[in-house]
Amino acid sequence: MTWLLALILLPLLGAVAVAFLRRDDRLAMITAFAVSIVELVLILPLWLSYDPGGERLQQVSSLEWIPAFGVHISFGIDGIALLMIAVIALLVPVVIALLRSTDKLPEGKDVGGLLSLILLQQALTIAVFAATDVFLFYVLFEIMLIPMYFLIGGYGGPRRQYAAVKFFLYSFLGGLIMLASAIGAYSLAADELGEGTFDWATLAGVVSEAPLETQIWLFLGFFLAFAIKAPLVPFHTWLPDAASQAPVGVTVLLVGVLDKVGTFGFLRYSLPMTPDASAELAPVVLVLAVVGVIYGSMLAAGQTDMRRFVAYVSIAHFGFIALGIFAFTQQAVAGSATYMLNHSLATGMLILVLGIVAGRGGDTRIDAYGGMAKVTPVLAAMLLIAGLSALSLPGTNSFISEFLVLLGAFDTRPAYAVVATVGMVLAAAYVLWLYQRIMTGPVRGDAMLAAAPGPGTVQAPEAGARKTIRDLGGREIAALAPLVVLIIGLGFYPKPVLDTVNPSVEQTITAVQER
Amino acid sequence: MNPFLAQQLQPVEAPGIDWGAILPMVIVFGAACVGVLIEAFVPKHQRWSGQVVLTLGSIAAAGIALGAYVSARPEHGVVTMGSTLSIDTPALFLWGTLLALSVAAVLMIADRSVEPGGSFVAQAGIAPGTVQDRAQVQSTGMQTEVFPLALFALGGMMAFTAANDLLTMFIALEVLSLPLYLMCGLARRRRLLSQEAAVKYFLLGAFASAFFLYGLAMLYGYAGSVKLADIATASAGTDRSDTLLFAGLGLLMVGLLFKGSVGPFHTWTPDVYQGAPTPVTGFMAACTKVAAFGGILRVLTVAFEATSWEWRGVLWAVAIISMAIGAVLGLTQTDLKRMIAYSSIAHAGFLLIGTMALTEEGLSGTLFYLLAYGFTTLAAFGVISLVRDSSGEATHLSAWAGLAKRSPLLAGVFTFLLLALAGIPLTSGFVGKFVVFSAALSDGMAPLVVIALVFSAVAAFFYLRVVVLMYFSEPASDGPTVSVPGAFTTASIALGVIITLLLGVLPTFALDWAGAGGFALGG
Repeated sequence: MTWLLALILLPLLGAVAVAFLRRDDRLAMITAFAVSIVELVLILPLWLSYDPGGERLQQVSSLEWIPAFGVHISFGIDGIALLMIAVIALLVPVVIALLRSTDKLPEGKDVGGLLSLILLQQALTIAVFAATDVFLFYVLFEIMLIPMYFLIGGYGGPRRQYAAVKFFLYSFLGGLIMLASAIGAYSLAADELGEGTFDWATLAGVVSEAPLETQIWLFLGFFLAFAIKAPLVPFHTWLPDAASQAPVGVTVLLVGVLDKVGTFGFLRYSLPMTPDASAELAPVVLVLAVVGVIYGSMLAAGQTDMRRFVAYVSIAHFGFIALGIFAFTQQAVAGSATYMLNHSLATGMLILVLGIVAGRGGDTRIDAYGGMAKVTPVLAAMLLIAGLSALSLPGTNSFISEFLVLLGAFDTRPAYAVVATVGMVLAAAYVLWLYQRIMTGPVRGDAMLAAAPGPGTVQAPEAGARKTIRDLGGREIAALAPLVVLIIGLGFYPKPVLDTVNPSVEQTITAVQER
Repeated sequence: MNPFLAQQLQPVEAPGIDWGAILPMVIVFGAACVGVLIEAFVPKHQRWSGQVVLTLGSIAAAGIALGAYVSARPEHGVVTMGSTLSIDTPALFLWGTLLALSVAAVLMIADRSVEPGGSFVAQAGIAPGTVQDRAQVQSTGMQTEVFPLALFALGGMMAFTAANDLLTMFIALEVLSLPLYLMCGLARRRRLLSQEAAVKYFLLGAFASAFFLYGLAMLYGYAGSVKLADIATASAGTDRSDTLLFAGLGLLMVGLLFKGSVGPFHTWTPDVYQGAPTPVTGFMAACTKVAAFGGILRVLTVAFEATSWEWRGVLWAVAIISMAIGAVLGLTQTDLKRMIAYSSIAHAGFLLIGTMALTEEGLSGTLFYLLAYGFTTLAAFGVISLVRDSSGEATHLSAWAGLAKRSPLLAGVFTFLLLALAGIPLTSGFVGKFVVFSAALSDGMAPLVVIALVFSAVAAFFYLRVVVLMYFSEPASDGPTVSVPGAFTTASIALGVIITLLLGVLPTFALDWAGAGGFALGG
């Protein structure tokens, strides 16, 4: 058994165990946390055994599933998949540790069910990044929706039903269209090779030689699924609803990792399988990407709700990632690949910190807060770190990625790069404005003044707020600390991450660059 | 001389019969006749147990006979009884499917614990709404004629899927339909609705049969024979009237599509599915669909393959209409049984796509889809029969709100079945869609496949709506109770769920069976 299989199976077993222990909240919590920590530790041997200079796919395992269609249950990772698997293994224990600070469950729901679904989601997400059989990838891509659907619909905010169904239907439709393309690629391979297969490497070899028109159809099928998932404007409308209604911890996983399946799909499937079509249609995608950057940034600045704010920030960031991928230069694609990791860290932390803010004040409106830094200085510092990383300040992890994307894109697509740079400026504006509204100035806002003393007593609002709104506790700081370390650490020393992805990136884009 | 009279002059020879091949069908028909005798001669209190043992026993015996024959069957099938029946691989697969499905259906029909005394009326002759009718609701008696009726219908379906000429097919069609008309009217509760369903089904069914018969007559006029193989030979030549051929084919297909509840010939489906006793609805939804599509597959593949370019466009339109009606009208339904009825119309559209492919993959894909869909829908009706309030089954959607809180297991099972109907991976519904669509795609029907995928997504919305209701809504204060199912219904639902999962995760064995061979033509 490879380390990779162990990483997929462990949370699956953990999910079953937690489901059985759900009657006891505490026990369920401890079990789930323990499983997620073991999972995180297991990343270490996986990372160490990965040889960046070696084969494209490593930790390979394969098992025949449906011989009639040449379908295998086969897993393997490249550098990009490794990063994504590592980041979800890191985020799950953080999310579980902070669950009490960020979320109040709807009445009648037990925490065990939520944790069990989170672990199931983790297993499926790792599997989807690791799948090297296109059929298996599709199956996991759709199956992955089910725990997320129940996580949003069962444990989310007041409009959770609407958000859950919208999320499901968007992704399901995208997946079905992708299925048509996958079947198309399969029958192409069947004609070419005499027998059909869904093996990724074989399919990529066959399909990339197909005529341009065929490639364009296949590309569009995959593209729609990934553009909905990522999400690119104009396929993004489900994200603000889902992100604002899901529990905070679930939003972290959804925005931080699940959505990366879309950009991962561009890198793993769109570019290698349909290089001619990717090159042909790149301008269209780039326009969508740049529109996403500007549109997401402007709407983020205009949001009054913290959760929707984060959703639009992510839409802008996904625009950057897509820009880098479809610029087709080594630097830009490497920038995008590392951005996928850094966005998970930065946005994940931003969502968590804003979730704690909302958990303290019991309100997700931004204008319900003000002057919070006076009451909760540590929380304010955390928000600042997350925010600075989200706006790609030099010295934080995101800077190097965004810089590489713009640098690489400038070589081949200067116009798009210039427009996207405006997005960087806007990012600084919306992040700092958010921080200013919530943290600085005098203590104000409904949530802060909720504990205002009765009439007659003379008391500063600050003292009143101090009674109800606590600063971060030791457990919360400990849970956020790994994120802070990585955000600053990778800002100054991004080499290990770049070294890991570079060979995979090179193999991905040589196919397109030759065209 | 008139060809009919010419035949009279030849000496009549008794056709040879391959008893081994048709034994399963003979067992079913024989048991049905014995069942009628039981009704006549066995005392009332022993009839139920006698009928259940006889029915299940005969289906099991037929299954064993089928299994024994399959292991030693000739590779290309046999044509027997004066070439009226063709016992080939698709027929054997469909027989196996029908027998397996009818085990589950009979178990549901036989259940007497969910509704005290069973879902069937004690005495069908009592007029609805009278004092006697109110009394019969309380009694625990049951019209046990339903068992032989089910066996006759099953036998008719088996003959239908193996029929090698149109006349045999027509007789089999009537043998399978007449018992179903009766069974629809036997509900213990909501008698008026049930009888209305039976009358509606009968009247429209009679029309459809007439269409079929008219089409048959025209094709006879065209080819001078009712044998499928002869029609194929005739249509390969060019010296005959195409008008006759296509008018005949069109009328014939109307009759067949009606039985398969393919839109726009579906209008009976929602009313009948809603009004019939739920076990009968399950039986119809699963088995009738298998039989009807088995017949369509054989007619199109054997008799009309050469002319496929002419009729394919029309069936494209029919498939699209069927999927659109099923998916869009399904969205507006508030009754679960009607909703599943519209879902079956949408599924009929998907099935038609596979049927049209006329390739080996199309054939095996459609057969697999029938097997998968039959078990899923049967189990879904089994679950629906468990959710009840004081007036019987609570099929209105609002009654299902918050069901997951009170009965998590039932809600979980139903969710799984709905996901299978929606075609989510790891369920048989997905594999079925996959094999059918990939067959269609490699046969050059890409636009139709894309349309079908879009309608799959639309249809997913109404399945999800039920899941949302069950899991995320607050339960109604006077909501229905969930009956604890007896052993029979439990077994039936469990069978459906296990097969839905099994075919979703490990479909290989069934795909191999379904793809084992094509139709036998015979002389």
